[in-house]
Amino acid sequence: MDFSEQFLQQLINGLSLGSIYALIALGYTMIYGIIKLINFAHGDVYMVGAYIGFFAITQGGLGIFPALVVSMLVTGILGIVIERLAYKPLRHAPRISLLITAIGVSFFLEYTSMYFVSPTPRTFPTLMGDVSIHVGDLIINGQQLLILGITMVLMVILTYIVHRTKIGKAMRAASFDTETAQLMGVDADRVISITFCIGSALAAVAGVLVGVYYNSIDPLMGIMPGLKAFVAAVLGGIGILPGAVVGGLILGVIEALVAGFISSTFRDAAAFAILILVLLFRPAGIFGKNTSEKV
Amino acid sequence: MAESLLVIKDINVYYGAIHALKGVSLEVNKGEIVTLIGANGAGKSTTLRTVSGLLRSKSGAISFRGENIAHLAAHEIVKKGISQVPEGRRIFAEMTVMENLELGAFIRDDKEGIAEDINMVFTRFPRLEERKKQLAGTLSGGEQQMLAMGRALMSRPQLLLLDEPSMGLAPLLIKEIFSIIQDINRAGTTILLVEQNANMALSIAHRAYVLETGRITLQGAAKTLAASEEVRKAYLGG
Repeated sequence: MDFSEQFLQQLINGLSLGSIYALIALGYTMIYGIIKLINFAHGDVYMVGAYIGFFAITQGGLGIFPALVVSMLVTGILGIVIERLAYKPLRHAPRISLLITAIGVSFFLEYTSMYFVSPTPRTFPTLMGDVSIHVGDLIINGQQLLILGITMVLMVILTYIVHRTKIGKAMRAASFDTETAQLMGVDADRVISITFCIGSALAAVAGVLVGVYYNSIDPLMGIMPGLKAFVAAVLGGIGILPGAVVGGLILGVIEALVAGFISSTFRDAAAFAILILVLLFRPAGIFGKNTSEKV
Repeated sequence: MAESLLVIKDINVYYGAIHALKGVSLEVNKGEIVTLIGANGAGKSTTLRTVSGLLRSKSGAISFRGENIAHLAAHEIVKKGISQVPEGRRIFAEMTVMENLELGAFIRDDKEGIAEDINMVFTRFPRLEERKKQLAGTLSGGEQQMLAMGRALMSRPQLLLLDEPSMGLAPLLIKEIFSIIQDINRAGTTILLVEQNANMALSIAHRAYVLETGRITLQGAAKTLAASEEVRKAYLGG
């Protein structure tokens, strides 16, 4: 395998990994857009999604697609419940209280899950067999195709919802200016609930897909991807949907290239180096406009 | 006896420890243009924001068409028939002109009626039609004011609350905006207008209230107030 082929192979790996980051980052960015909260529990919501998918497959005997739907539904509802119980009472509290609460929710989800499913990693059933496409020396395996395919379909659906439907317009309006959206008759609480629901459902998909890709899930699996997806959202410009997708993909590709050409030890370092660089040189992210914070 | 549409009775509103409205009472009758004038910080916007449900009154009552609305959330008040053009226009800058108008009709589901009203807005503000696919943030100040007004009309309000429509506009544009306000009123919408530009506001209003540091200090027919020595000195530049 020569250099360019190896590069392409890492690109494919990176895009699959990046799709996962993108799915999680979308939830981060949507939630930030609407209530200005960095929802640090989002990575753990992704973990719960992975477990629900796992149990739907192993206990419920479902195939991958029905399991994805079940996981999206249950995790979406979990997102609504988290917002209602933990964040809604703090709607008018300082943002730091909300942030601390999010960290609390994160620990709560991690250790409650540990109590119920034990800290031992579970082996995710292999669903795809050995399907893979060979192009020359390049290999695109079934899991990667599944990840790329599902991510693309979900992006199309999300774009449609956000731009074409009434509730999507309400979401955009409320994230731009909540108060004025209310003056239009938009029920902000409802829009916030729906945003948490959609964001959590997307994270659930990412969780199940990671289970399929890496075959292993555990109650702390959400910490690292949660942070990485946060980096992706910041890289793209937090609050901006296409930014989350582009940020996720770029981050995935960079990680794969670093792992492939330098050393996989530096993978995580690369992600956080990006965060530092973005914050230093372009804090508003790739798609963000550099505006000063309104006080 | 005129039929009263909006009755505000003795409301008290606080921002934390600051007592912003100290027992404000006012009435708007059906078909009127009523203006609320006063200096910066007198509580004019606070009054409108309280009527719209964005702020809560600690005591007192707000009723609309005889129904108590003081406890309702902002989005429910729109459904009752009160629409607000907020201070500084607050258009959705990252959405198109068309999308802004569609959001104005958020509480409605009658597609044909909405399409009709969008046309009505375009007839009233032809410049908006030319720019309907443009992002609202690219419009000029006057056009943004027109969009904010058009957007507020899309919910088919019975009462339109206007907060400083003249703000930041050139004199000629202010004239145009105020004549449109009169047109809207003639077409059957009652208007409560908050203005710092007391001259213009008194020239089109039927009745007026003067608000000073959270209290109504004067009220009466707009013509009478415009002629009064007190108002002339304080708000009309002598």
